[in-house]
Amino acid sequence: MGKYILRRLIISLITIWLIATCSFFLLRLLPGNPFATDQLLPTEMVEQLMDYYGLNDPLWKQYLTFMQNLLHGNFGTSLKYAGQSVNGIIAEKFPISAQLGLQAYILSLPLGILFGILAARHRGKALDYSLVGFSVLGVSVPVFIIASLLQYIFAIKLEIFPVAQWKSFWHTILPTLTLSLGSIAGRTRTMRTLMLEVISEDYVKTAKAKGLSSPQIVWRHQIRNAIIPMIPNLGMEIVGILMGSFVVEQIFAIPGIGAYFVKSVTSLDYTMTLGLTVFFGVFVVGANFIIDLIYGLVDPRIRVVK
Amino acid sequence: MKDTAAVSSVTLTAEDFRPIPREKRKADAIVRPSVGYWADVFRRIRQDKVAIISLAIIAIITLLAIFAPMFCPYDYETNNLQAINQPPSAEHWFGTDQLGRDLWARVWTGARVSLLIGLGGAIAPQIVGIFFGGISGYFGGWVDMLIMRIIDVGVCIPELVYITLMMLLMGSGPLAIIVTIALVGWMGSARFIRGRVLQFKNREFVLAAKSQGASPMRQIFRYILPNILGQQVVSITAAIPGAIFTEAYLSFIGLGIKSPTTSWGQLAQTGSSLYRLYPYQLWIPGALISITILAFYLFGNCLRDALDPHLRD
Repeated sequence: MGKYILRRLIISLITIWLIATCSFFLLRLLPGNPFATDQLLPTEMVEQLMDYYGLNDPLWKQYLTFMQNLLHGNFGTSLKYAGQSVNGIIAEKFPISAQLGLQAYILSLPLGILFGILAARHRGKALDYSLVGFSVLGVSVPVFIIASLLQYIFAIKLEIFPVAQWKSFWHTILPTLTLSLGSIAGRTRTMRTLMLEVISEDYVKTAKAKGLSSPQIVWRHQIRNAIIPMIPNLGMEIVGILMGSFVVEQIFAIPGIGAYFVKSVTSLDYTMTLGLTVFFGVFVVGANFIIDLIYGLVDPRIRVVK
Repeated sequence: MKDTAAVSSVTLTAEDFRPIPREKRKADAIVRPSVGYWADVFRRIRQDKVAIISLAIIAIITLLAIFAPMFCPYDYETNNLQAINQPPSAEHWFGTDQLGRDLWARVWTGARVSLLIGLGGAIAPQIVGIFFGGISGYFGGWVDMLIMRIIDVGVCIPELVYITLMMLLMGSGPLAIIVTIALVGWMGSARFIRGRVLQFKNREFVLAAKSQGASPMRQIFRYILPNILGQQVVSITAAIPGAIFTEAYLSFIGLGIKSPTTSWGQLAQTGSSLYRLYPYQLWIPGALISITILAFYLFGNCLRDALDPHLRD
């Protein structure tokens, strides 16, 4: 287990270093200049700004400063939002996005697994067909259409939930539902397939021969084995939910980090893009590292094979 | 034991055998023509109602994307400020947008971009994956080691990072989106191809080709790849909706296609800001994206079942 952890840790660290380095150099090599798109500033002022943010230093020196700051957890200052540090923006906006993502994750995890088990248990019956139909629709309809539809039906027509904004728990329900629908649909499908795979396994037959009741077989033998291959997907889904939250934030006017990210990319705000990219990278790689550890703990076969 | 001994001790003479009547001699002949693999695939697909319906939808949408802009009196990028935000009518079949541009023309011009990205985004990662996966699996050794370690690290990098960097580096055209999708997707298919190549490279028919002097590339492309072609076709079909999805997503958050150029994602993005007043501007492109993705998705499933009956659920 120690060796497995060490291996995963090294890969994660290399990944983070690679993300930071590649992003840094690609951003610096881009043509154009972050201040050129602004109001028409006199050249002297642009020069002064470039000096102030250290953009005139040789590239290796900028890289060293960047890395040094990064190791201290400092992402630098935004070039567009004068005086605001990237850390400050993350600290202010990310908790909102994180709450939205976490709520969606917590809602979709048990529901998706439950739907998958139900569909597999009632294979070929009406319940199975309706759940499979739901999951096919759920993965086919883009999240912005789901968002607009839910907003239109539940907020504008029925007036049950607020149309937009992020003020109380009541406001969070529609965005959370929107964001989780896609993952519920995907997970229902995966879980159904995995359950159908284990149904014909020998140990299930043994359990049946032993005289275990059907719920006991499902609970103690089928679910436990079917759930293991789901674990690596949990990490992928974090990325999916993170990216989906950008859309949901846009439609429901939620002051999360998504808008800042998109704006920083389109307006060449180097430090902001770099900071947010590295931040998302560390977040996702870290989450995947933890999930890999759980996977290794739950399924001893992984530790040996990999 | 006794019985068999008794049987074998019976002596048979020529009189014990009689020729069978002439008309019965053909009983063993193969009457039906043997059905080849691809013929079988087509037969299965023809019998599958879902496959036929989804294929028909895909065909109609593709044809409209190709021909509708040609026969439309309006241009997709010409503004007409006298006719802004008009609902669908005989004049403008899908209405007009905030700048008075005809949406029928825009929707089908956008369909070209979206479908192109769907197809390109499905094929490009496969090509890169086949190349690197083939090399990695066939040569093994340090080449394999290197490619596999690159992939180990590469898959850990979140998609969002690739998207950001490519959008910054290449701008936000269709090509940038396809390259981004390829950059994210090649690793999965390379791993898969490597596994299959390892499985096939020591089989007799490859060995035979090798002993006759076939070059490694010829062995990979001529002898090994045809065996995994069926599965690749399935993967490509399965990847089309994902690519259309990615384009729609990127354009919607503002990192993809931008006006005046258009795509379904860009149309949905423009439409969503005012959809309470002009619902058709969002629902029409939205419905088309959903229907197309659904059709490709269902057709992909049917194709998988037809190509590989073992995978049926």
